[in-house]
Formats: sequence, structure tokens, C-alpha cells
Amino acid sequence: MKLFATLLESLLLTPARNAKIGHMVQYFREAPDPDRGYALAVLTGNLSLTNVKSSHLRDLVLQKIDPELFALSYDYVGDLAETIALIWPDTTDDILPTLSELVLDLETRKKSELPGRIAGYLSAGNATERWAIMKLATGNLRVGVSARLAKTALAEFGQKDVQDIEKIWHGIEYPYADLFAWLENRGTLPEIHRHRVFHPMMLSNPIDEKKDFENLKPSDYQAEWKWDGIRVQLVLSDHEKRIFSRTGDDIAAAFPDILDHVGGSAVLDGELLAGRNFQVQPFNDLQQRLNRKTVTSQMLADYPAFIRLYDILFDDEEDVRDLPLNERRLRLASWVARNPSPRLDLSPILDYADWNHLMTLRVQGAEEQGHEGIMLKRYDSPYIAGRPKGPWFKWKRDPRLIDAVLMYAQRGHGKRSSFYSDYTFGVWKDGEIVPVGKAYSGFTDEELLKLDKWVRAHTTNRFGPVREVERKLVFEVAFDSAHHSARHKSGVALRFPRINRIRWDKPPEEADTLSNVERLIA
Amino acid sequence: MPLLRHDLYIEPLDAYIDPPFPVDRAIITHAHADHARPGHKNVLATPDTIGLMKTRYGPHAAQNWQELVYETSLSLGDVTLTLYPAGHILGSAQILLEHKSCRAVVSGDYKRRNDHTVHAFTPVTCDIFVTEATFGLPVFRHPDPMQEIAKLLESHRNFPDRSHLVAAYGLGKTQRVISLLRLAGYDAPIYLHGSCWNCTEYYQNAGVKLGVVRKATGLAKDELKGQIVIAPPSALKEPWSRRMNEPVLAMASGWMTVKQRVRQRGIELPLVISDHADWDELTHTIRDTQANDIWVTHGREDGLVHWCATQGLKGAPLHLQGREDEEGED
Ligand SMILES: [Zn+2]
Repeated sequence: MKLFATLLESLLLTPARNAKIGHMVQYFREAPDPDRGYALAVLTGNLSLTNVKSSHLRDLVLQKIDPELFALSYDYVGDLAETIALIWPDTTDDILPTLSELVLDLETRKKSELPGRIAGYLSAGNATERWAIMKLATGNLRVGVSARLAKTALAEFGQKDVQDIEKIWHGIEYPYADLFAWLENRGTLPEIHRHRVFHPMMLSNPIDEKKDFENLKPSDYQAEWKWDGIRVQLVLSDHEKRIFSRTGDDIAAAFPDILDHVGGSAVLDGELLAGRNFQVQPFNDLQQRLNRKTVTSQMLADYPAFIRLYDILFDDEEDVRDLPLNERRLRLASWVARNPSPRLDLSPILDYADWNHLMTLRVQGAEEQGHEGIMLKRYDSPYIAGRPKGPWFKWKRDPRLIDAVLMYAQRGHGKRSSFYSDYTFGVWKDGEIVPVGKAYSGFTDEELLKLDKWVRAHTTNRFGPVREVERKLVFEVAFDSAHHSARHKSGVALRFPRINRIRWDKPPEEADTLSNVERLIA
Repeated sequence: MPLLRHDLYIEPLDAYIDPPFPVDRAIITHAHADHARPGHKNVLATPDTIGLMKTRYGPHAAQNWQELVYETSLSLGDVTLTLYPAGHILGSAQILLEHKSCRAVVSGDYKRRNDHTVHAFTPVTCDIFVTEATFGLPVFRHPDPMQEIAKLLESHRNFPDRSHLVAAYGLGKTQRVISLLRLAGYDAPIYLHGSCWNCTEYYQNAGVKLGVVRKATGLAKDELKGQIVIAPPSALKEPWSRRMNEPVLAMASGWMTVKQRVRQRGIELPLVISDHADWDELTHTIRDTQANDIWVTHGREDGLVHWCATQGLKGAPLHLQGREDEEGED
């Protein structure tokens, strides 16, 4: 546990990507099996303990510490795990278990025994170890490492190609003894069975209109609409059918209507959409079907779903990911023709002459059919897991903008925990500001400092980590689309809101009204 | 007439303790800038505090200087004044005021950890204790400073080609870090940013053993390779630090307790070395003084005032102007 705690601390304190990789490589060298496998699973998010909640930890510490002193400390430190790690008053001479022992213990304990175990571990460690134990036990790491970065470090540790790791990643399980054996040249690359697993998706980069088009030839790129649903992977075989989300979660249980109507054998890539007879309905309809373990027949009738396909990874048993896109597209079309389904169709390819023509199509598509934008994919691109630069681009429609007034600010997380960095903003309705959304991004670090200062100087009310502020500061907020929402007091919800500009100059009276926002609803 | 007001004005003496603006009569606890300012007419303090003030501000920073050595009483009318070591930096003093049957102690900044560069803190019993609260929350528990210095030396061994740039406040912390390094057996020359130089020289002349120190300015590019260099926190981002090739950035401060703060400052190697009392030292000291009235200045007052209430003591926050928070000396 000591090594792992030190690793987490170093990762937190090291902003540079290469230095982070260096710390991880060093750890993979020093830590024994199976600990390093567990660490890898934790860093990649494949192992996340959830039976300890931060409220349990808070209860635990409040049995030992005056609540007022704890509240003041938490307010100062800004991070719950760190506050508890620092304030924990007891120490024992007990030896901390290894990382793998600790994980196994926490995973298998009865709920009622957990607080006692955790308290014992906290007392056995120093402040950094306590912090790491709590980060681990609550499954809330936030040390600035993505799964991709951890795999990159792994590849560097073994001097292997990270693509080889990506291809098998979703078919292997911690503590990854075979994987480490291969990385250390003591074994072969583990083999996986394609049907059981999620294959990491190929993702696109946003296009930079000013720079990228000069270097791109229209004849090299296939264009499609960017669909406003969720990206899914459909895995079909004789034995099983699965629908994975972009993050590899199996969401098939919520979509029996699709699974009942598809057959064949393949791994397919497409967009999950709401609609009947391939008529796409707004994202809001799809939202009704998401994040559910089961669905009612009423829901199936009201919000039917289908998948619009755009790529193929496995044609029956054949891995076609290394074929160029235009060949995969032919394979996909032929597969769909052989396996027709009322719940599967093909994402059409747009016919365009040059970039200006495509730009016109993009504006028309957005205005007349509500399309989110256009996808550009190189005809010769193989299917590469991750987000490679160059082969695929997304060209989103222009964002919609409103001027809104800052209402509440909340402390951020991680690096931003001491700043008020999460902002709730609203617009005018009957002489009052009503909230329409929340934004965490779109400003620079420098602007964040200024905003934080402003919030502290204009606070009118405090509720725990939230400050209510004077209705004085105007944000130009950009967002992708607006929808009706029963959850918001205003009746409106925005998708992907972010702060486009801080209008220090603009008087709040000139901010938008709710009816202006309602007009932007698709 | 009360002996002491909440702005630390001593009515019977018409004098202020550590005033943030120029006054006729000032009694100064120690030479840090937020306590000792230039421009007073008369200054009373320990010889080292006066010596350090002259070093920093020049000999004419006050019109009259009156030295009072530790633990020697001075009677002024019906008030008796005595200075006791505060253990914070060289010359730092607590001020005991005795007036009729009332004893009040103004601690200034203080700590109780072992420090070879200062006189050790002496607890003084009193009725009113005016305490600092820079680290007045129970999250602050400073570790053994030797353990922190060991981290610095370990990193120095692991990265022998990189300079180690330690951010430390120029008066007090710099000399303490040097002293700790010597105690841990590090005997190579230690390099100092120009603004740490004069005070270090003062310490050496006062008899504090710091070994060989050198100026880090005006050296050839490779000379700082593998060396330990001390500079004030404000100098970390100066072009000056670019003479070093990718230095390991360390910082010696009580604030280094909180990882999120460490991260904001871009510090790779946090060293929790503080010249202020941590939570345990604060609460133990309040108990040691046996005082019933605790006035809390400077820092996180709320926590300590609350703690006083739970102990049946009368705690009052003083919101003194001009005291630095967070980014100041520590
Ligand atoms: Zn001080």
C-alpha cells in the first residue's frame, strides 16, 4: 500500500504528462504481482470500489472529531478524503496490508463490518496512505490519469505497442498476470474471444476550421451527418447479443426492442437513436430510455429505439479493423443486406463537391433538420482504438449563444477544489433570474482566478460548498442544444453548456430572457 | 482603563504591539515584515529583532531603538514588560505585560519544535493570552522536520544531475532549512538567492552555525547542477531560476500539508517545515498558559475560538489589519 500511496501522490503533484508516465513506469518496475495489476485496474478505472461512500467516511471521522472543527477544516481543504486523512487523530502500530489484500478485504466484507475495517486501516497509515486508502475505497481517484495514459505507461514499461494492449484490453481481467508476463517477455500476448468483449472505439477530433481544411483534400474524406444519439457498439453472435456504450458498459438490458429484432454475427459501430421507422426523434426521447436497468412496455411503445450503423469491426469472425474505411463500408452494407432488420439502418454518405459545398450542407442540415454537424472520415483509415489525430474529424454546427447571469458558484474538484469553479447561471423571467444551467469550463486559469475572487467578493449567502452571489455578472454561454425539462425550475435544459466569454462589461439587465432561450429549443 | 485593546494598543503605555502603520511607540515581537514595519518613532524589541530590522530596512527605519533582552523586566509606570523567547525566528519574543493583578501575554508568531537557530519557546502563565492561529485547524499537524529534510536528501540522491530549488521565506525559514540540512549531515555548500543573503549573514554573525553558504547569482550555467539552492517563493518563477536545468521544485512551508495547495503552487517536492505552531502546539500552549481569555489573531481564528469554547475558555477573534495570509511568511 505504501508504494501505491506514493504513486498516487506523485501523480497528483506532477502536472506533466511524461513525468506522470515516468512515475507509473517506475511503479510497474518496483511493485510485485498481483499488486501492480490491481493498481493498473484502479488507474484505468476497471476496478472501482463502491461499497464505501464518502458519507460513511464522514460519519467515521465525526465520531472522533468535533463537527464544527471538521466543517471548518473541510471548507479550508476542499477535498473530503484529504481533510479526513489530515485530521484523523488515531495511530496504531499495525502494519498496512498490501494493495491487493486491501482491495480483496474491502470487496468481500459485510457492509456492517466496513466502517471498523476502514477505521483500522486509517489508523495504521500516515496521512498520505490514509488519503490513498480513502481515494481507493470510495472509487474516486482524480489524480489526473486517464486509462489511456496508464496504458501508455504500461506500453513504455514493456517496450510494446500500446495498440496491442488496446486491442485485447477489454477481454482481459485484473490482476493481469498474463499481460505483465508478456510485457516482461515471459509470455505471449493474451488472446481474447471477440464475442464477449467490448472493443475500444475509434473517436474523432474536432476540426479547426481555420487550420485543418487547408491541409485536407475533399476526395480523401467520406462525410456523414453527426447523429444526435449515443455511440454504441453492437456485438452479435449465435450465442449472445450485446450493446455497449462508448465506455464499454453493457446497456443491452434497456433495449430488448432492438435485440429482439437483430441477428447475425458481427461487431458493429453505430448511433443509438430514438424513433420509429428510422425517423429520428429528439435526444430528449432517447433520454427516457437511458440509464435504466429495465424498461416497461409503455416506454418501448412510446420511445422506440434503433441503431444507425456506420462501421464494422468484425464481419462474422473476421477482424476487419485493419481494412480501409471504404472497404469496411462495403462489408457493412453487404452485412446489413444479408441481415435485414427493422431496427438497423445505414448512416448515409453525403455527396459533396468541396469544403464550401459541405459547409452549406452543414448549415442547411442544422437549420432544417436539426443535425448536430458533420463527420469526416478518411477513406483509407483503418479502425484504430482511441482518438488518433488526422483520420476522423467532427465538424459541429455552430453553438447557440445566450447571455446569462451568474447565480451560484460551487467549489470545483481536484485541482480546483479551492476555487469556486462550477457556475450556475440563469436568465430573466418576469423580473427574476431563473436558473437554466451549469457550466464548469470555457475559461482560462487566469479567468478562473478572477472569477473566484469575484465570487468571494459578491457572496450574499452560503450553503456548504455553494455560494449565492449578487446577480451582477454576465456570461456568454455557448451550448449545443436546448430542451424542455421538468427538472429545472425554468422548464428548460441546455446540452453541453460552457462559458464562451465572461462579459465583465455587460449590465445584467441586458441578459437574455427565458422566452429567448425557449425559441432555441429544437 | 483596560491594559490591552483588541488592536493590541497598550493604553497605559500609549504604545502598540506590531502596529501595521507608523506610530510613536511600537513594541515589536519579531522582524517579519507583517509584524515589523519601518517608520515608527520609537521601537522596543530584542537586540536580534532590532538587528534584523536594521538589516532589512536600514539603521534609520526608526528614530530610537530600545533593546530589551529576554527575561529581563522593564518597569514603565505601573506596567512591567518582559520579553520571552517565542521560538519562531531569531530574536522573536512573546511580550508579557503586568499591570496591577493582570498578566497579558502577546505571543507574536511562535512554535515549539526543536530549532537550532532560535531560543526555545518559554511558556508563560497569564490571564489573557493573545495567540496566533496561522495553522489553527486540526488538519495541520506538522511532521518531524528531520523526516522532511530526509525527503529532500533522498530526492537529491535520486536525481544527482538536477538542482534542487527549495522555496523558503528569506528570514527564518531559509536559515532553519540550512540548519536542518547540516544536522542531517549534508555538508556541501548551499546556494542562496540574493534576497536570502543578508539575513543569513546576520544569523551567522549572531553565532548560528550554518556551514558554507554561497550566492547563487552570477554563476556559470552548470555550477548549480546537483546543488541545493534556496530562494524565496516569489523567485521560483523568475528568469533567474532558468539558469538551472529542470530543477526539482521543493518548498519548505506548513502550507505544504495540503496536497491541493501544493498542486496549485506547482511544487513537486513538498516539505512540511513550519516556523509556526501546528494545531497540537497551539492547543497545548493555550493550556500551558492557564489563561482564561484567549485572543486569536492571524489566520484560521474560527477553529481555535471554537475549540476554546469547548474547553470552557473565553475565545475572541481579533481581526488585525495588515497581517498576511496564506502566501506570506510561514
Ligand atoms: Zn512571523
